[in-house]
Amino acid sequence: MGVFTMPSLGADMAAGTLVEWLKAPGDIVVHGDIIAVVETDKGAIDVEVFEDGEIGELLVDPGTQVPVGTALASINGAAGEPADRPTAPELLSSVETPLAGDSIREALIDISAIPPAQRSRGELRVSPAARQLAGKNGIDPAKLRGTGPSGAVQLADVENAIEQPGMVATSEANQAPDLSAMRRAIAAAMARSKREIPHYYLTHRFDISATIDWIEQYNSERPPPERLLLGAALLKSVALALTEFPEFNGFYRDDQFVPVEAIHIGSAIAIRGGGLAAPAIRNTDTLSLSELMVKLRDLVARTRRGQFRSSEIGDPTVTVSSLGERGVESLLPVIYPPQVAIFGFGSVQEHPWAEHDALAIRPVMTATLAGDHRANDGHRGALLLRRIEALLLQPEEL
Amino acid sequence: MKPAEIRAIVIEEIEEIAPDVAPVSIGDHEDVREALDLDSMDIFNLVAALHERLGVDIPDAAAGQFVTIGGATSWLAEHGKC
Repeated sequence: MGVFTMPSLGADMAAGTLVEWLKAPGDIVVHGDIIAVVETDKGAIDVEVFEDGEIGELLVDPGTQVPVGTALASINGAAGEPADRPTAPELLSSVETPLAGDSIREALIDISAIPPAQRSRGELRVSPAARQLAGKNGIDPAKLRGTGPSGAVQLADVENAIEQPGMVATSEANQAPDLSAMRRAIAAAMARSKREIPHYYLTHRFDISATIDWIEQYNSERPPPERLLLGAALLKSVALALTEFPEFNGFYRDDQFVPVEAIHIGSAIAIRGGGLAAPAIRNTDTLSLSELMVKLRDLVARTRRGQFRSSEIGDPTVTVSSLGERGVESLLPVIYPPQVAIFGFGSVQEHPWAEHDALAIRPVMTATLAGDHRANDGHRGALLLRRIEALLLQPEEL
Repeated sequence: MKPAEIRAIVIEEIEEIAPDVAPVSIGDHEDVREALDLDSMDIFNLVAALHERLGVDIPDAAAGQFVTIGGATSWLAEHGKC
């Protein structure tokens, strides 16, 4: 018999609230099925099961907040024969080691202040910005009439509600400027990072015309849904380069670095109206560019709707932050603990560029690496950035 | 299809991609990336959605016109089958 426990969905999570069961006792589940929704400081997250079997007893009622590792349900082996144990649980158990000491205390941000997720997510759609503002003002989005597509509650609906007397919860909710749950999660992780991680930074500027030309050619031959964005090529080249630089992929825990073989790159995704999340695309190095593009589109869409899966939010082994086309030249990102590296890609900009003793105008990109000096060093970091450039400039090989 | 109908469809699809913004409130020639904080992924999704909904093949080279509601509407009115 297996036990389904409250997963750790990130370095700074100590507890989570079970919002909803999506399976009942007697239901057959297989590896990867989403069986519950858990509310954390990162929002409502769909939680997957990692073994095959039949749901036995549900041990925790919806609405209950429990520490990470608490048994939530029992899972009986399927049809009399022991379920084949997939490889993922071993990997995940190494990833989801409970935190020690300081981290836990720090992680105990006031989760009770976070508005509970709507009970029936199929019926009520709330934009992340609206949910954030509603939470800040103690408004239950379920009580609002949404004016967005399919009745989604939008920012404007919450703003209207705030102006109406009686909608905003008075007393404590308004006394102190209450940071939203996501902002508190970012604050906890980033403050810990800057306090504990001795960052070093490397930047590298290169002519990216080969990649841009190739993508243009690739896209011109395909219908819109099959086209690529530069972001997919960035993720793939980082993932491939990391296979040769294991000291940048993994976790620093209990005073030592533990490399992780699988490469799950977290993509920093900005939420309109403030905040960001960095869910992972699992096994990034094994995906083709077109598969990666499909996954990236899906991930961005779900992240902005506030729907992550537990495996995406819990275990990125490294992070990429890309500013996109309307950003600035470069960024110096902050490592997400317990990871040991983060890559930043600035916006592509036209620059004067010296080449073959002449001056040309070229699209130029600045790549940045922030490394954790406890786990890796600048010399290898520089080689890694150069390797990423080399891979990126041969996109047909990606 | 009349330009006004196409325009309504463009706005609908923007709302579908980004339920938290209000495209009706912006001008036809405003860059939606600036006015609504849409990014290249959103524009990619908008072009893909319009391609699928209207059955029009939108070349990658034309995608640059889809950053304004007016630009998208007039390109589709000119090149659409209907």
